[in-house]
Order: sequence, then C-alpha cells, then structure tokens
Amino acid sequence: MSSVIEDHHHDDHHHGPAKGIMRWVFTTNHKDIGTLYLWFSFMMFLLGGTFALVIRAELFQPGLQIVEPEFFNQMTTMHGLIMVFGAVMPAFVGLANWLVPMMIGAPDMALPRMNNYSFWILPFAFTMLASTLLMEGGGPNFGWTFYAPLSTTYAPPSVTFFIFAVHLMGISSIMGSINVIVTILNLRAPGMTLMQMPLFVWTWLITAYLLIAVMPVLAGVVTMMLMDIHFGTAFFSAAGGGDPVLFQHVFWFFGHPEVYIMILPAFGVVSAIIPTFTRKKLFGYASMVYATASIAFLSFIVWAHHMFTVGMPLAGELYFMYATMLIAVPTGVKVFNWVATMWQGAMTFETPMLFAIAFVILFTIGGLSGLMLAIAPADFQYHDTYFVVAHFHYVLVPGSIFSIMAAVYYWLPKWTGNMYDETLGKTHFWLSFVGVNVTFFPQHFIGLAGMPRRIPDYALQFADFNMVSSMGAFLFGFSQLFFMFIVIKCIRGGKPATAQVWEGAHGLEWTVPSPAPYHTFTTPDGIDLKEAHG
Amino acid sequence: MATDATYETYYVPADSKLPIFASLGIFLTVFGLGNWFNDLTAGNESSLGVWILFLGGLVMGGTLFVWFSKVIEENHAKMYSQQMNRSFVWGMSWFIFSEVMFFAAFFGALFYVRVLAVPWIGGEGARGPTDMLWPDYVPEWPLINTPDPSLFPGAKEPMGPWGLPLINTVLLVLSSFTVNIAHHGIKENNRKKIVTWLSITVALGVAFLFCQAYEYYHAYEALGLTLNAGIYGTTFYMLTGFHGAHVTLGTFMLAVMLGRAIKGHFRDDDCFGFEAAAWYWHFVDVVWIGLFVFVYIFGS
Repeated sequence: MSSVIEDHHHDDHHHGPAKGIMRWVFTTNHKDIGTLYLWFSFMMFLLGGTFALVIRAELFQPGLQIVEPEFFNQMTTMHGLIMVFGAVMPAFVGLANWLVPMMIGAPDMALPRMNNYSFWILPFAFTMLASTLLMEGGGPNFGWTFYAPLSTTYAPPSVTFFIFAVHLMGISSIMGSINVIVTILNLRAPGMTLMQMPLFVWTWLITAYLLIAVMPVLAGVVTMMLMDIHFGTAFFSAAGGGDPVLFQHVFWFFGHPEVYIMILPAFGVVSAIIPTFTRKKLFGYASMVYATASIAFLSFIVWAHHMFTVGMPLAGELYFMYATMLIAVPTGVKVFNWVATMWQGAMTFETPMLFAIAFVILFTIGGLSGLMLAIAPADFQYHDTYFVVAHFHYVLVPGSIFSIMAAVYYWLPKWTGNMYDETLGKTHFWLSFVGVNVTFFPQHFIGLAGMPRRIPDYALQFADFNMVSSMGAFLFGFSQLFFMFIVIKCIRGGKPATAQVWEGAHGLEWTVPSPAPYHTFTTPDGIDLKEAHG
Repeated sequence: MATDATYETYYVPADSKLPIFASLGIFLTVFGLGNWFNDLTAGNESSLGVWILFLGGLVMGGTLFVWFSKVIEENHAKMYSQQMNRSFVWGMSWFIFSEVMFFAAFFGALFYVRVLAVPWIGGEGARGPTDMLWPDYVPEWPLINTPDPSLFPGAKEPMGPWGLPLINTVLLVLSSFTVNIAHHGIKENNRKKIVTWLSITVALGVAFLFCQAYEYYHAYEALGLTLNAGIYGTTFYMLTGFHGAHVTLGTFMLAVMLGRAIKGHFRDDDCFGFEAAAWYWHFVDVVWIGLFVFVYIFGS
C-alpha cells in the first residue's frame, strides 16, 4: 500500500485542524466546510446587495441619473442570480454542513472529500459569472429568469459563460445535496428514527431531494439555450417549430421548486428557534413534517402560475390557479404551529427569537401576497409589476435571509464558544426589520398602481414611494456591515458560552461543548436520543 | 445503549488535495468550452479555448484517476465499513436519479413541442393568430416542413425505427443481460465468467456507438436531417446525442471495471464499483427504450 494510505491509518480522527490557509483549501471537515459556505455566501450577499443598491440609487428619482439602462438591466440580472445561487442557497448548505451531522450524531458528512469539491466549485463559478460584467457586450442583461429569446437570439456573447457558470453551480448543488441526503439516511445515530430527527434535518432532507430533482432540469434548459445560440437548434424558435414559451415551462419546472429550496430550510431553522425561546416543545411536530413534504410535492405541479399572461389555454390557467392555492393549506399549518408553539410559552426575546418572530409575521405577508398573485385573472394586473417584486422579496429577505441571520445568532455561540453582544444583535435586528419594511412595503403600492419591474426610469406618480423604498434599501444594506462587525467581534471574543448555550435548547448539538470540538460523535456511543428530538 | 464493539468507525478521510484540483479542472474545462463556442459562433479561425479545454480535460481526468485509485486503495486496505458502502450505494442511486431528471427535461421538451407547440404555430387552440406569420405552414410530426425553411431547412425524410435503431435496441438490451451475467460471475467468484461476459458487454456498447455514429452520418448525408433542421432535428439529436454521450461514459466505466476484474478486483461481497457501473448501464438502457418508443417509433 502506498504511504498515503499508511498516513491515514495513523490518524486517530481526534486531531485538530491543519495550520495555515491550506486548511481551508484541503479540508474534509464538515464544520470547516460549513464555515467556508457561510463566509462565501456572506461575500456574495454583499456583492448582490451592492448591485441592489445601484438599482435603488438609480430609482431614487425618476429619470436617468446614475447608470445607463443597459447597465441597469445587468444589475437586476446579476443581483437576482448572485442572491439566489450565491447568497441564499450556499448559506443554507453551510448551515446544513455545520448542523446536520451534529444534530443526528454523525461523525461528519457521508462523503467528505466530495463535500469539499461541492464547495470549491462555487468560487470558480461565481468568479466566472461576475467577470461577465467586464466582458465585451456586457454581462447577462435578461433578468435572473433569462427568458428566451432575450437570453438566446438577443443575448450578449457573455451568455455562454453565464450558461457554464450555471452548470457549475448545478453540479455543486447536486453533489452537496447527495451528501446531505446520504448523511441523513445513512449516518443517523443508531436507534434514531426519521420521526425523531430535528425539523431542520427533515426540511433539509426534503430540500436536498428537491435540489436533485430540479437542478438537472435547470442544466437541461441552459443546455438548450447553448445549443440554440451556437449550434442552430430550434428549441426556442417558432420559425423552426420550437417555442419560446417552452423555455418558460422548463425554466419554471426548475424555478418553482427552487423557491421552496430557498424557504424549506428556513422553516427548519425557525422550528428550532421558536421552541427554545418559548421553553416549550414544538407544537405539531408530525404535522410539520407532513406539511413540508406536501409543500415539496405541490412545488412540482404549480410552475405555470409564473406564466399566467403568456397565453395558456383556459384549462391550464384554472388548473395552475387552483393547484397553487392548495399550497396555502400546508403553509397555513406551519404558521399555525409556530404560533401555537408560542401560545402560553415562557417567552424571551433574544436576537434569534426576534428574527424568528419577524420571520413568521413577514413571511406570512409574503405568502398572502402570493395568494393574491395565484388568482389568474388578478395576476393579469399584477404580472411583472413591483407588486411581484414586493411579494418575492418579502418571502426571501425577511423570510429566507432573516432565518439565516436567526440561525447565525442562534448557533454562533456553539460555533465560536463565545456569546455575541446581545445589545448589538438587537440593534442589528431592529435596523434590519425597519429597513426591510421601509424598502419593500411601498413596493406593493407602486406595483398595484402599475409600475413595471426591471425598468431604470418611471412615471412621476411613483416618485415618492420609490424614494422611500430606496432610503430603506440603503438602511438595510449598511446594517449588514454592522452584522459582519457583530459576527467578527463574537469570533474574536466575548462571554464564554456553555454547552447548552440557551436555557431552553434541546438537541444533540447542545450536548457537545462550545465551541464544538473539531470532530464530534466520532462513534455513536453515549448519544442520548432523548435529547435528539429538539 | 450498545457497547463499543457494536460499531465500526465510519472512515472520515483526512485533508485532501484532490477536490481543489478537480474544481480547477472542471472550471478550466467549461471556461475553455465557453471561449471555444464563442469563437466558433463569432467565426474566429483559431481559439485559445480549445487549449484551455484540453488543459482542463487533462487536469480533470488526471485528478479523477488519482481520486478513484485512492478510493480503491482505501477499500482494499479495509478502511471502509459496511456503513461506508451504503453511503456509496445511496450516493450512486441519487446521482442516477439526477440523470433521470436531466433526460426528463428533454423528453418533456419533446412532448411539449409535439403535442402543443407544433399545432399551435399552425393556428390551433388558444393562440390562433400565430398562423398569420406563416400561412403556408402545416403542422405535422415529424416536422419536415418548418414554418420558416430559410432559417431552418427541414429534413428530407425522418429517421425510421426499423433499421439501425432496431439493431441498436437489440444490442443494448442484450448488453443489459450480459452485464447481469457478469454480475452473477462476481457473486460466484468465477473470474472467467466475469471477464468473458463483461468483455461481451463492452463490445456490445462499442458496437452500439459505431452504429449510432453511422446512423448520424446517414442522417446528415442521405436524409438531410441536421441539428439545424428545425425542431424535429433538434429533439432527435439532443435526445439521442445525450444518450450516446451517456453510453460512451457507461462503456468507459464498464471497460475500467473489466480492467479491474482482469487485475483480480471484486469479490462476491466487495463489488460496489462494478455494481455502480452496471446500474448506470441499466439506466442508459432504459433511457434508450424511451427513445426508441418516443423518438423513433412514434416519432417517425
């Protein structure tokens, strides 16, 4: 046998991390890789946020002030792509990496080297994507949904690199998801049944399934684009018998499950935090699991509600309208359960809990505006207006992103061994909470009044609300630098955290010391499954 | 609670240089492809992209070779438990599921254009006025006369199912049986049976690829069926082409397994590599049945 193998034999798996920068490049440790994902996603969050502030700066007043319309289009496109694929998704994968093995009593992720590969593809992919902005003809300018033929016949040459960047992200996501599923199915502590898993693990199991099911479809649709652009195929060209609407069907077959990929792990996070700070068990655990599974199933059969105005047969409009409204049922179950968990609980309002409660309220607002959009005839009015922008930002910013911030505050003491500064945390919460609502609530009004999305200039009657929205955006954006400061301060020091950290916290991750040792649960001995449920 | 002895330790590899090289390799590959395609479309004579692609392929291929070799070595060094083995089994299964979904996108596109888009362009259904653009267009499948023949010259005739495609069907279905016999050979620890039947399987795979190459040549030369021939050519080549790429990969995987079998790898209780390749092969076979039915029989 080679000497490499011999080295491994002598590893006792209790060694600490390697020294220097190469630790992060070569690591196979789920905690290191989780940290890499989280920092990467935060960098992408700042980059995508910068693009958003360019947009909001331009829209501060009517007329063209700061950027050319062509560049404005590149900003809306890149903002969406970076936030969806670079910020939200990797942040949840980072949380899964850190938490899933610790929550189920596993020694690491099931396939640790592939885990490193999944992460390190991403910096290459996003460097390539961001570099399109500097290419001749500019970056992608067709919106994050890249509808054909804008993204094929009329696209800048950089679209080719956009396509391959999407391929890389897809490969990364699929490998990451395979790792999560295999870890959950195969590495649970002996005796832990599926229905004993914390809800965060459940939501990630279902999310990973969704990812494996739809990322290949995204790969398929960008491949069709690639062939249409370079090799003369006719997928999206009616002149050859194809159909541009085909693009929308295939894209949204990916795209709708994708939006649940960005929210299901958030449900898991909130379902962990609310019981802790209400000092009660989660209300309706089993119904939460079934609701999550129902939402995942429904996500596959509602895609064309994004396309009500494209010219579908009436039967299609009706089917997709009713199927979409069904989603309100399992989502309602979830919101009910969170509220019922808080009912008569001994509640305290630490920063993670503030973010979690804001999540429940503001995500529900986003869900209800989604229900309005689901009504096909009403959607003819709302379609492609700022109302849609307000809707999906309410589910994504105070939804997904608030849950990620809640998760960071909640588990940061476990990760670093130090408590964060509670006063600063609460300040960050209130700045973010005010910023988010000032930014996005007025967008409902200008949308209903008819302002279209993705335009650099607008009619004068929308001026006041746009100005308010832009001020909120800058408040929210700069608050996130404050967030970074709080996190770094906590990493560098602070009040030492106990193992349990929070008085009401239950779950296997709270049974190991803080900070969590480099290797946890190397063997499943001594795991107390009574703690597992959370 | 069980005692120590009950559990085998799950093998967690130490730091590895492999993934970062694989990341670099895959990046160079797609970056090279992107540059090359853009140069092709822009009409540039030479392209740096080809060289970047070549370099990326080398890095990727070399890294994967070392990576798989290492996994095989670790397995032979008895570092893997049964639990580890289950991780590989689950991993491969979910990978194949992702491949199923990739083909689903292309089959979905085929059904959509056949059932909905092609008739709609001819004026059927809710989008009636579209027939004002191309009044002479008659919806049919296979779509020989495209709406705008100046952009998409249609094929002269479609690819019939009962010649080469039928032979290819027989070849692939046979190969699924032969690979299964080779699997029985492993279970019986019968080295000769493994090598013989796996060789036959690889030969059948190669024969399939030769037939398909000839079929493509025939389609281009005699039938005028090209990538540019409108939606029929598009769906025909994309579905059969991606399938062919998967047959190529599957044949390569089986050839590697054949090499390993000749070297004496695989026992009845230790043959995951072979089984993974065999599952992949069965998957490729099933996709072909779908293609034969929907692209060849009902498609022409």
